[in-house]
Amino acid sequence: MTAWYEKTAHEIRDALRQGETTAVEITQNFLDRIDAVDKQVGAYLQIWNESALEQAVQIDARLANGEDVGPLAGVPMSLKDLFCTLRGNTTCASRMLANFESPYNATAVQRLEDAGAIFLGKVNLDEFAMGSSTENSAFQKTRNPWNLNCVPGGSSGGSAASVAADCCTFSLSSDTGGSIRQPASLCGCVGLKPTYGRVSRKGQVAFASSLDQIGPMCKDVEDAALVLNVICGKDPLDATTADLPVPNFSKALTGDVKGLRIGLPKEYFTESLNPEMRALIEQAIDVLKGQGAEFMEVSLPHTDYAVAVYYIICTAEASANLARFDGVRYGFRHPDAKNIQELYVKSKSEGFGPEVQRRIMLGTYVLSSGYYDAYYLKAQKVRSLIKQDFDRAFEQCDVILTPTSPTQAFQFGAKTDPLEMYLSDIYTISTNLAALPGISLPCGLTKDKLPAGLQLIGKPFDEAAILRTAHCYEQNRGFDMGKAPIA
Amino acid sequence: MEFEAVIGMEVHVELNSKSKVFCPCSTNFHAPANTNVCPVCLGMPGSLPVMNKDMVDKSVAVGLALNCTISRWSKMDRKNYFYPDLAKNYQISQYDLPLCYSGYMDVESDGHVRRVGITRAHMEEDTARNTHTIGNGESGVDFNRSGVPLLEIVTEPDIRSAQEAFDYLTQLKQILQYLNVSDCNMEEGSLRAEANISVRPKGSTPFGTKTEVKNVASFSGTMKAIDFEIKRQIQVIRDGGTIVQETRGWDADRGITFSQRMKESAHDYRYFPEPDLVPIVVDEAWELRIHEQQPELPNPRKHRFEADYGIPAYDAMVLTLTKSMADFFEATVAAGADAKKAANWIMGDLQALCSEAKRELGEEVLSPAHLAEMIRMIDAGEISGKIAKEVLAEMFASGKAPKTIVEEKGLVQISDSDALRESICQVLADNTPQVEQYKAGKERVIGFLVGQVMKATQGKANPQMVNELLKEELSKLS
Ligand SMILES: [Zn+2]
Repeated sequence: MTAWYEKTAHEIRDALRQGETTAVEITQNFLDRIDAVDKQVGAYLQIWNESALEQAVQIDARLANGEDVGPLAGVPMSLKDLFCTLRGNTTCASRMLANFESPYNATAVQRLEDAGAIFLGKVNLDEFAMGSSTENSAFQKTRNPWNLNCVPGGSSGGSAASVAADCCTFSLSSDTGGSIRQPASLCGCVGLKPTYGRVSRKGQVAFASSLDQIGPMCKDVEDAALVLNVICGKDPLDATTADLPVPNFSKALTGDVKGLRIGLPKEYFTESLNPEMRALIEQAIDVLKGQGAEFMEVSLPHTDYAVAVYYIICTAEASANLARFDGVRYGFRHPDAKNIQELYVKSKSEGFGPEVQRRIMLGTYVLSSGYYDAYYLKAQKVRSLIKQDFDRAFEQCDVILTPTSPTQAFQFGAKTDPLEMYLSDIYTISTNLAALPGISLPCGLTKDKLPAGLQLIGKPFDEAAILRTAHCYEQNRGFDMGKAPIA
Repeated sequence: MEFEAVIGMEVHVELNSKSKVFCPCSTNFHAPANTNVCPVCLGMPGSLPVMNKDMVDKSVAVGLALNCTISRWSKMDRKNYFYPDLAKNYQISQYDLPLCYSGYMDVESDGHVRRVGITRAHMEEDTARNTHTIGNGESGVDFNRSGVPLLEIVTEPDIRSAQEAFDYLTQLKQILQYLNVSDCNMEEGSLRAEANISVRPKGSTPFGTKTEVKNVASFSGTMKAIDFEIKRQIQVIRDGGTIVQETRGWDADRGITFSQRMKESAHDYRYFPEPDLVPIVVDEAWELRIHEQQPELPNPRKHRFEADYGIPAYDAMVLTLTKSMADFFEATVAAGADAKKAANWIMGDLQALCSEAKRELGEEVLSPAHLAEMIRMIDAGEISGKIAKEVLAEMFASGKAPKTIVEEKGLVQISDSDALRESICQVLADNTPQVEQYKAGKERVIGFLVGQVMKATQGKANPQMVNELLKEELSKLS
């Protein structure tokens, strides 16, 4: 019997269309795989066995009728539990929403369903997407399939682990400061954060509204393009989506990077970059050079400020976005509250974990009268400077190449100091601040047999360029990443 | 020492857009509780606001009517505070870049004109409504009103008396009604006024400490509350005390203001730009489109009525109180009626009929052409003024043409001198004492005799002719 769970979305799509198998067989194959390995990995918070098979039955019936079943018909996938779904609960890995049922589907979820994708269930994350290791989930630990003693990264740790453990073909994720790309790097996946405004945020439970962006976590670049085609485009329900024509991203994967100008920001390749990571990145650069890409040094002078700017802006926005979780209308309501003041304080104190509380307090502080100018306003000004850095760099080059994460996957409990954890995203944060597209893809294994990732950053709305570059590297890197050693 | 009052007004107006400002829900918040709601106005996770363009249109219209500059580029902001009637625990409002700013309104008050500066008019969403009357010691929240479009209009501290404040509010309401942007119903909360009041020695420039008077249910109540507050502040200062900056409520029964909350300024709303919405860009073309749709406003229209129709200033003022009345007046004149006569009928009998029936004057109530026709019939002596009152009441009730009513009810005026002479002779025969008094030189008696003739003819006699014929007959007798 074929191990369909090892296949990519495009392979499954083709097999189904050619009548090699059925959506039910494929779906059952994935459900069995989840049953076999997810106890070790802990990616899934909810497994939707029944509805997944019901979806598969319908796809098979429609295929038999010769209907147009959509570009992702019969492709089993997982959803980060941050997206509103009519099925199941929408928990954000928080006690606050442990039993919350959304009355509607997120736009991206609806588009996937309309494209025929099969939802296997919802996967773990750092509570409200706040974290870089998924250790902040209120519910469970998710382990890195490459080494079960290591974290999968975060906040989309469940997404990355479910893809790496072959417990889905791809996962719908979100990225606020690196939450798709960093776990993709740590788990050896392809993670794409599109340009801000490319994918509707409607129904993504907001963390930081000006930084959040939905994207796919996949097994290869072709799948990333395929999923982006489905979820992207103007949504009248999200005022910040761009009303721009959407190219067919699959057609951008020409394999041709001849004459492509790739910038290497000198601020990213400093002494602080782990030498082993640097070596793997340099090998990747050689592969692309071999394909005809031209490399040059560029400068992003305000890089050092990115982490500070990010943690001011994202916490400020989060402090307002999370204010609605107050126990009044839905979610956790503390049973002992005697008045409205107590209802707020007790519900929030018990409903939110420590990192979420820390960020709400930090965000409240930076917006407070007397501190606003020094923190929030200044951060916004520096954010503009960071954007300008990229604008200038992109006058010289088409794509920027950097490491994704400063380190390989680390062990549970290794980073107890929040500041140290915040530095996990130093290479990914600027992309969100500048609202640019970024992709992380595997570029080899370290001596510890853990994946390393490289990041490609594109001009606004030029996902095509980074996908094309990523695809060209993937096809020509000359080695196979192999599978995570889990069975 | 003589004191002067310094008053600034903040008015919240609920705009009458069909749907809420950030979601497609109906703005009818009188529907059963929590029926006009959706994930957006309930503040559900993942929901996003989408700006209702109609709100921007209406806000620009108000801004232009108040002589404001319209921001080419403005934005929405989040105003953060916790309260159960606030779905997201922040209100989407405008902070440092309001849509409309730097305007003014020339307020006519007691024979003078006070130019009141309009600091700003900004857009925001209304809150839900809390109720504490559902029993079991529980409170309920009705989110039907959550997200209803609200425009806040703030003046400079240019108002100097309670009367001026009242006149400002009245004239503002008049403008809003002319623009048809709000029903301006104070009892239902679609128009809410707050006054910031301080006093200072007359002739001095620095401001005194202000108090804010809130939650008054009517303009006249607001005027009384301001009046009270001015006198109270002066008394406190005269007694050697100091004014405390605070919010004060109005006790209408006792006619006093009372302290509600101290240190209003201690609120920290932590405003920051709303990242879920894009900037509001009102370009020249957009502003021009609204400008071209603006109706003639009450003040210029009043002056035009005086000039064009030669009616007294008082008449012009009354006729322009509402757009519907002014429109009706102009339609009546256009249909051929004499302006002054039309004004008299509209301001008198027609207004009385409308207020009795609690209806607003408009073409759907009565055809202006019919009113013009009725006035023509009076002029032609076809009906008397007295009969006309009856005809008008019937026109108002049934919408029939005056001619039809006169025919159906047999109300045609008797202008036949032979028929009238017959009635007159009968009256003279029946009232010899009065005839004798007339002959003795008491000419005022003629009024009584005219009345008797009108009575005998059931009011159908042409009073002009009765007068003439009576004199003729009386002279025959002497
Ligand atoms: Zn709504």
